[in-house]
Amino acid sequence: MTRSVSITLQNTDDARAIVAAILADNPGAAATQFPSMTKIDCQQRLVVKRDSVAQRLGRDWDPQELQLSLITLSGNIDEDDDQFVLAWH
Amino acid sequence: MTTTTRRKPLGLKQRYALLTRGLDWQTTYQPMDKVFPYDKFEGIKVHDWDAWEDPFRLTMDSYWKLQAEKERKLYAVIDSFSQNNGQLGISDARYINAVKLFIQGVTPLEYQAHRHFAHIARHLRGAGPRVSAQMQSLDELRHAQTQIHTISHYNKFFDGMHDFAHMHDRVWYLSVPKSFFDDAVTAGPFEFLTAISFSFEYVLTNLLFVPFMSGAAYNGDLATVTFGFSAQSDESRHMTLGLEIIKFLLEQDEANVPIIQRWIDKWFWRGYRLLSLVGMMMDYMLPKKIMSWQEAWEMYFEDQGGALFEDLARYGIRPPKHVEVAAKEKNRISHEVWAIFYNYTHAAAFHTWDIDDQHMDWLSSKYPETFDKYYRPRFLMWREMAKQGKRFFNNGLPQLCTTCQIPMGFTEPDDPTTICFRSSVYKGDRYHFCSDGCKDIFDHEPEKYVQSWLPVHQIFQGNCGGATVPDVLAWYHLNMGADNMPYEGSPEEREWKAWHGAPPLPQAAE
Repeated sequence: MTRSVSITLQNTDDARAIVAAILADNPGAAATQFPSMTKIDCQQRLVVKRDSVAQRLGRDWDPQELQLSLITLSGNIDEDDDQFVLAWH
Repeated sequence: MTTTTRRKPLGLKQRYALLTRGLDWQTTYQPMDKVFPYDKFEGIKVHDWDAWEDPFRLTMDSYWKLQAEKERKLYAVIDSFSQNNGQLGISDARYINAVKLFIQGVTPLEYQAHRHFAHIARHLRGAGPRVSAQMQSLDELRHAQTQIHTISHYNKFFDGMHDFAHMHDRVWYLSVPKSFFDDAVTAGPFEFLTAISFSFEYVLTNLLFVPFMSGAAYNGDLATVTFGFSAQSDESRHMTLGLEIIKFLLEQDEANVPIIQRWIDKWFWRGYRLLSLVGMMMDYMLPKKIMSWQEAWEMYFEDQGGALFEDLARYGIRPPKHVEVAAKEKNRISHEVWAIFYNYTHAAAFHTWDIDDQHMDWLSSKYPETFDKYYRPRFLMWREMAKQGKRFFNNGLPQLCTTCQIPMGFTEPDDPTTICFRSSVYKGDRYHFCSDGCKDIFDHEPEKYVQSWLPVHQIFQGNCGGATVPDVLAWYHLNMGADNMPYEGSPEEREWKAWHGAPPLPQAAE
């Protein structure tokens, strides 16, 4: 069965760094482009790492800032200071 | 590095715990059941409210900071859009009809959601979900306001948007979204959360906002895409509230499972019927297309929703009843709904039009089993009639489904050529339905649905301004000959052609 978690982000400058970090940190994550948005699907679990996004943005990045770029998601969420995780049980 | 002994800032988890655990108390002057009178009568059992946690762990300070940032971005775009005559950049004036449907049908629901989440934020016993509901209430007010601000620019140049709130309460097809939300806010708090936060926001809202906003972007509507995505970023939080509250209730007590299952069955079907309007919008109203309704349904409901229901199976929750009917209908409902509006375009506050050959070819490529067989011949016949000066208008009033309030234009699950009729008798009166899904909902709560304000019944009872169509349309505050009737020959079509024939000066819009 396909049990993908999914996250959709806006095509903005900040979000491009988040998309790049997700694709680098989650082998198996696949991005699909739509007008003005990017949808990423990944089997079972997907993580957005603070350090990884910060490195690409060239500044500190708080996982809560994800909310400024987020369009929609699918999966159970767990967020703390260092990462944002999306997973099915 | 410095060696000063500044106290280490608290982590996200600690800050959230302080907000939602430390500030609440047990009342002593009054019993808790009197302070929170609504959270038990539905039969839902909650043993430990503290087991609920917002996985975003959003605290008020972060909330204000993030929301202020979203507003700054949005209002910069709105200003720039109106200063630069953004209305001239859309793909085609027909596109604006989707925006009309949005302000008439959806924006008033955002305001209703604001009000009812404020109620929920007062009346749940647990501080965690109360805080989330309070944030959502503020979000929904922001959505209503930003949508009105943004669309007010289009209202200067296009018809049908001038009195959307009044229309929402009166116009026949707007009773579909209105009655959906009225049904939810007149339920108890847990049914409301299952209806709106879970079934609508988590399971179905992607079908409304994502293709709509992506479609707006593709059709040059910078303003709508910006408020849409600004709202949608809040929506992710609302979806999370929906999923978390469901899991929380299912984990609290086994007795909650059948109650929740029944609500999921009901609200899946209510939401799915409501979204048939969105299906029409996607397949018929976007001049430049993103994806078909069927593709969106497969991506957002069948794939994503499928994964969700697999996840919930461990609680004993199964996919919603009648989901197989939705699968059978996915290649026809958008066409059936467009046909209903084409029939009644003289009585609607947006336009319909002849579907051109290129558009029909796109539809047959997306719907190879159904479009050429069932719908193209009908549209070609309508085109021929219009050419002969006999554009088809249905001058009768339609029979409505008592539950979803959509005219009875849907077909049998296994036969797209036969209209689906169902009925039930309650206290000597017969009530009509478009589907088994709508009939089931009525049969479980007939006392509620016999009170439905059905527009056609109300017109016949003399409660809608008079006995003739013009009387009723005046009562709707519909500008005859501008808001209604086909796009071909409308003032909007004339204006649009004038703008694009002449240099696009601001005066051209006069």
